[in-house]
Amino acid sequence: MNGVHDIGGMHGFGPVVREENEPVFHADWEGRTAALMRSVVTDRLFNIDEFRRTIERMPPASYLAATYYERWLYALQALLLEKGVVSSAELEAAVSRAREAGAPGDGYGDTASDSAQTSSADASAGLHRRDQAASPQPSGIALRYDRNYKPRFTIGDKVVARNMNPEGHTRVPRYARGKHGVIRHDWGVFVFPDTHAHGQGANPQHCYSVEFDARELWGPDHSVRERIYIDLWEDYLEADRAQRSATPRQKSAPAKKPAPTIKRMSAASTKKGLVRVVKKSGTTKAKKRAVRKR
Amino acid sequence: MSTHDHDQDHDHDAHNAPESGPALRVKALEALLTEKGIVNAQALDELVDTMEHRIGPHIGARIAAHAWFDAAYKKRLLTQPDAAIAELGVETRVLGTHMVVLENTPRVHNMVVCTLCSCYPIAVLGLPPVWYKSTAYRARAVSDPRGVLHDFGLSLPDDVEIRVWDSSAELRFLVLPERPAGTEHLSEEELVALITRDSMIGTGIVTYPPKYPLKTAATEGKSAASEHRG
Repeated sequence: MNGVHDIGGMHGFGPVVREENEPVFHADWEGRTAALMRSVVTDRLFNIDEFRRTIERMPPASYLAATYYERWLYALQALLLEKGVVSSAELEAAVSRAREAGAPGDGYGDTASDSAQTSSADASAGLHRRDQAASPQPSGIALRYDRNYKPRFTIGDKVVARNMNPEGHTRVPRYARGKHGVIRHDWGVFVFPDTHAHGQGANPQHCYSVEFDARELWGPDHSVRERIYIDLWEDYLEADRAQRSATPRQKSAPAKKPAPTIKRMSAASTKKGLVRVVKKSGTTKAKKRAVRKR
Repeated sequence: MSTHDHDQDHDHDAHNAPESGPALRVKALEALLTEKGIVNAQALDELVDTMEHRIGPHIGARIAAHAWFDAAYKKRLLTQPDAAIAELGVETRVLGTHMVVLENTPRVHNMVVCTLCSCYPIAVLGLPPVWYKSTAYRARAVSDPRGVLHDFGLSLPDDVEIRVWDSSAELRFLVLPERPAGTEHLSEEELVALITRDSMIGTGIVTYPPKYPLKTAATEGKSAASEHRG
């Protein structure tokens, strides 16, 4: 969904402020929330994509005002209710009992300053396995499929991130949609978040690291010396048919148009041309590039 | 959450936002889930302890220093990161994530962000700092990485290529920082002590002599680990 969480490239949030000697948790309840969330995801009452999807649906003003663990708590509670693990009546009764048992100051309370810098979902605790012995159900979650699925793209392929605006959960950031990039890594086959977040199955498919030039994403005043790599699933991508010729990695300008002469050349004639060049000279690669650039 | 379904639309926010006191609400949730046999206090205690004291940037620092020290290990780390990290007794493949190690060189500087939420290589760096999860960092890291580095007091030469990795899937990125000049005589242990958390996210570099001798990943991690050993 085009939610408030999708903030890559937005302005106005000010400088990044680093806290010296930052504690892992700023209040005891934060640690408790993290542990609860982790236990519940581990026990498969819901999956990580459902968790992210729920945080994204937080009303935007609340999302921005909430701290990181407040968002977690919100999602935890909302999902337990949605899945029918707890009912709202049960929950309110439990809150009343907790209130009677003592103000939130005792037990684990709001002690230290709950630093109001914001954040969001995920950060699902990936922990040392040997440290999980006490956890009732050690994490057996597999989001990658170690089976063979035929990839639709190969490394070096030019692609376009689809211009898609689903109302449901998705992991293709808005700032990448409609933009042209190059497949740089194939990470293997992963569960597809867009369906996994909505109980519509794993829909496993290849996930790739796609390289985008900063100029392609943000405009010509950006540096040619900046590249952004985004992990994108196959269904987020389509082949960039406008750019059949494989240009070398180094691009000095954001020029997306291939040289018109090449476009008109048939594959066969291109090949012939290259063969001739190769015969004439030893520096094959350089010549190939020169031919393609012309 | 409202106790009346018909309230949900207009009152959704007010009832769901944890301003009623998050501590109270967490307590209630824990009690309820305990009653239902879904969680138990001891397991939660252990998880909190792990997150607070056992995992942290000292693990990443060990990995990075070992890679500096041992070229064959570095090669394995860059090509088979999960397996190479497991060699050091660290299990990274939890909750379905997989590691990727990005090597910084004099020409290429990598930095990591998660614009959509806050994905972070927890197995090797522990829980993320607040700034990593902040809207400020998430918004700007992809569009103005040099500006963000400036916020961290880091100014890289113009000819260094910056690669920003937006962790939008289940890959978790660890930056292998550059080994600073003049450290050839140091032992692996001494190297570990130089490596900061921020240098493994890519918002810092490793300096020698260290800029902040008391705040390296190793010293933070070590003190925490020794307190809770045994």
